Amino acid sequence: MSVVGLLFLLMGAMAVGSALLVVTTARLVHSALWLVVTLGALAGCYLLLGAEFVAWVQILIYVGAVVVLLLFALMLTRAPTGVQTGLTTGNRVVAAATAGVVGLVLVTVVVAGFGGARVSVDEESVGSATSMGDAIFRHWVLPFEVLSVLLLAALVGAIVLSRGRASSGEETP
Amino acid sequence: MPTAAAASIFPRLTRMDGYYGSYVPVLAIIVVGAVLVTAMFLGNRLLRPSRPSPEKQLTYESGVDPVGTGWAQIHLRYYVFAYLYVVFAVDAVFLFPWATVYAGLGWVTVGEMGVFIGIIAVGLVYAWRKGVLAWT
Repeated sequence: MSVVGLLFLLMGAMAVGSALLVVTTARLVHSALWLVVTLGALAGCYLLLGAEFVAWVQILIYVGAVVVLLLFALMLTRAPTGVQTGLTTGNRVVAAATAGVVGLVLVTVVVAGFGGARVSVDEESVGSATSMGDAIFRHWVLPFEVLSVLLLAALVGAIVLSRGRASSGEETP
Repeated sequence: MPTAAAASIFPRLTRMDGYYGSYVPVLAIIVVGAVLVTAMFLGNRLLRPSRPSPEKQLTYESGVDPVGTGWAQIHLRYYVFAYLYVVFAVDAVFLFPWATVYAGLGWVTVGEMGVFIGIIAVGLVYAWRKGVLAWT
């Protein structure tokens, strides 16, 4: 096995292992921090698959922004630092089964869609910013524009939710 | 040319061309960093005497003993600012691929990016009008 294949296996095992820890750990903050490891290992997988731009975006957006948002959301709540026994839901068998089925569907879709595809990673940068921009602005302009509407909806929704809470919170300082 | 510089430092260690080759210096820095931190902590552990006492184990900040718990509830407005940061980070991420291709694809692409930023800017105007951006 090549070094790249070995590193990919290592990164994949790291992603799966830390993802399991995200859902099994009893401390919410540890869960958020394990998520950093999961997303970072996933970025490593992307990098090894040649998706250079997506990998760094993964670091920038998910590790840099989304986990910070999660931690802020945790810090809004009362005190979730200790071990919390009430976190484990009784539906965990159903949840595990649902996760397994979703994973199976995703794997099936990817294999059915790109099963025989071969990309020569080492010759040209297939996942560079240039090729991404080319793909977005030549073929996928409409989804790109729809994305801005999604971001707008999320932003307005967050503001509406936070203002509703803030006005009720002022009464009891 | 970081690749060329690293190749001249480690000429026979590895092949430094191609996509993976360009990431060998990154991998090397990660490995060196991990080894360095491990060595420092290990050296510390080997050299220092270990006489723990309750006072030494106490968490402290600026020499002051801690009061209460280590958890503080933050105000909601931090969350909104973090959210604004996420939205505009996603926005900025699309500027990178756009910046590499708009010269080749022409003014239509500039207009498309203008529409994208314009729609998100409506959200910023909404936040501003609702007074979310004011820090009072």
